[in-house]
Amino acid sequence: MSNIINASLVKPKPLWRQWFDRIRNLSWTWRITWFYLSAMLFLPLVAMFAKAGSEGWSKFWEVAASPIALSTYDVTFTTSLITALINGVFGTAIAWVLVRYDFPGKRIIDASIDLPFALPTSVAGLTLATVYSDNGWIGSLFAPLGIKIAFTRLGVGMAMLFISLPFIVRTVQPVLMELERDIEEAAWCLGASEWQTFRQVILPPLLPSILTGMALGFSRAVGEYGSTVIISSNTPFKDLIAPVLVFQRLEEYDYAGATIIGVVLLGISLVLLVGINILQAWGQRYEK
Amino acid sequence: MKNSTSVDTLVHQGRDKKQSNWIPTVLIGLSIAYVSLIIYIPAVNVFHQAFHKGIEPFLSNFGEPAFLNAVKVTLLLALIVVPINTVFGLCAAWSIARHQFPGRTLLLSIIDLPLSISPVVAGLMIMLLYGNQGWFGTWFKAQGIDIVFALPGMILATAFVSMPFVVREVIPVLEEAGVDQEEAARTLGASDWQIFWRVTLPNIRWGLMYGVLLTNARAMGEFGAVSVVSGNVANVTQTLPLFVEEAYKDYNTEAAFSAAVLLALLAAVTLVLKEVLESKTRIKDQ
Repeated sequence: MSNIINASLVKPKPLWRQWFDRIRNLSWTWRITWFYLSAMLFLPLVAMFAKAGSEGWSKFWEVAASPIALSTYDVTFTTSLITALINGVFGTAIAWVLVRYDFPGKRIIDASIDLPFALPTSVAGLTLATVYSDNGWIGSLFAPLGIKIAFTRLGVGMAMLFISLPFIVRTVQPVLMELERDIEEAAWCLGASEWQTFRQVILPPLLPSILTGMALGFSRAVGEYGSTVIISSNTPFKDLIAPVLVFQRLEEYDYAGATIIGVVLLGISLVLLVGINILQAWGQRYEK
Repeated sequence: MKNSTSVDTLVHQGRDKKQSNWIPTVLIGLSIAYVSLIIYIPAVNVFHQAFHKGIEPFLSNFGEPAFLNAVKVTLLLALIVVPINTVFGLCAAWSIARHQFPGRTLLLSIIDLPLSISPVVAGLMIMLLYGNQGWFGTWFKAQGIDIVFALPGMILATAFVSMPFVVREVIPVLEEAGVDQEEAARTLGASDWQIFWRVTLPNIRWGLMYGVLLTNARAMGEFGAVSVVSGNVANVTQTLPLFVEEAYKDYNTEAAFSAAVLLALLAAVTLVLKEVLESKTRIKDQ
């Protein structure tokens, strides 16, 4: 009884005090985590948005929607989208082959799918630019047909295919492993053709992971700089991509211009990230 | 028992009849062709270009001071950044895996942000903070400390892009290991440090090593972010990936490919170790 009276007599602490206590009671692992995240991630993000905001709306719009900026978005996003679609098809096929079939060299292929993760991007750009140049191993096969690959948009696309392939394979593979073959067998037994089985039984549960992988690959391709800057000729309105434009603006000490285009890129990454999370939640619907 | 096997064989026979033989062959062929075009031929090309004139020019490039310095800077960066990010990764993974709190998923997504931010934008953010006109740049300049176009800026850029790997790999192994053993150790009177070194660390060691491996690969191989903040001064702030690009732009293709071979070998070692670590965790699962 006396406890209850006492408790009601004690004044509740002010809000700032509650927060202060909460911070003071944090364990040191939390403190290191928050300190490092604040210094390394939040502060730079704030600096970037503050810089973009300080330029004013009209200036922001003028730079973000300038003809050269629009052309780099076009090159970056259209090329990334096309490569995501191509890798969506081939990446799914590769995942399927790795999960369902046995053939010599399978383990090596499985392990080497991760090479684009492990190989520094400048090395990727260097070797792709050599292989797909007019006198390179593969480029020389296309040169007589009048198709130039390196130092054009096609080359940028090749670099994007290279760096984004593992995302699709590695996202689809585990889902494919979980897929129960009984359902496919049931479909066969019920007289479905192979195409019907694929379209109506295999594809639906696989689709969220394929889309997630494509979105991850797309997001990576949009931000890619190292390999694309080397294989591209970086000609404005032709094969200049948005990250390279940011870099060029910085080299000209045009911090405002670099920041505004950077913020556009960052905004798109954030939207993609939210989209990917939604896709993953959609994919987990089948797991439960 | 016998009954079920015969049903099984029936089903399999039915499937064999339905599944024409050409589909697997075509799919395997197509996959190998695609992976060859995108990955294998370019990978083999690195070694071909570096060694097609024999091993002499390759070795002579190793004597170049700019090259040796690039190797030194690359190793130094990894040596500084990997431990920092490992400590942060362990702290963050421990805090997140051992607590349930609102916004947990959001925090995980935030930690993953550096992987989806373009490396050039990452470099730009460091320029905005520590560059000559940056928030802290003027203060550091007054103290006579160079951040951008010097090693500290490159450390910041590398640490930024390789931040999430340890956290991502350690959280699942921590969650799988559970708290039972740690609590048992605590009731037996072990201190926090003793619990960490004797109980937690042995449980998570493969996941931790996997995360460290990925951090190291990214730290040694990062190009975009480091390129923005380094100024790419030969003999001073040039890393191996930057050396590759610089040499290629200067039409010194041989030197570029000599350095590329080294980085490709790093990638190969990373992939082999990755396979080893994955098989270790798989054995533990079973």
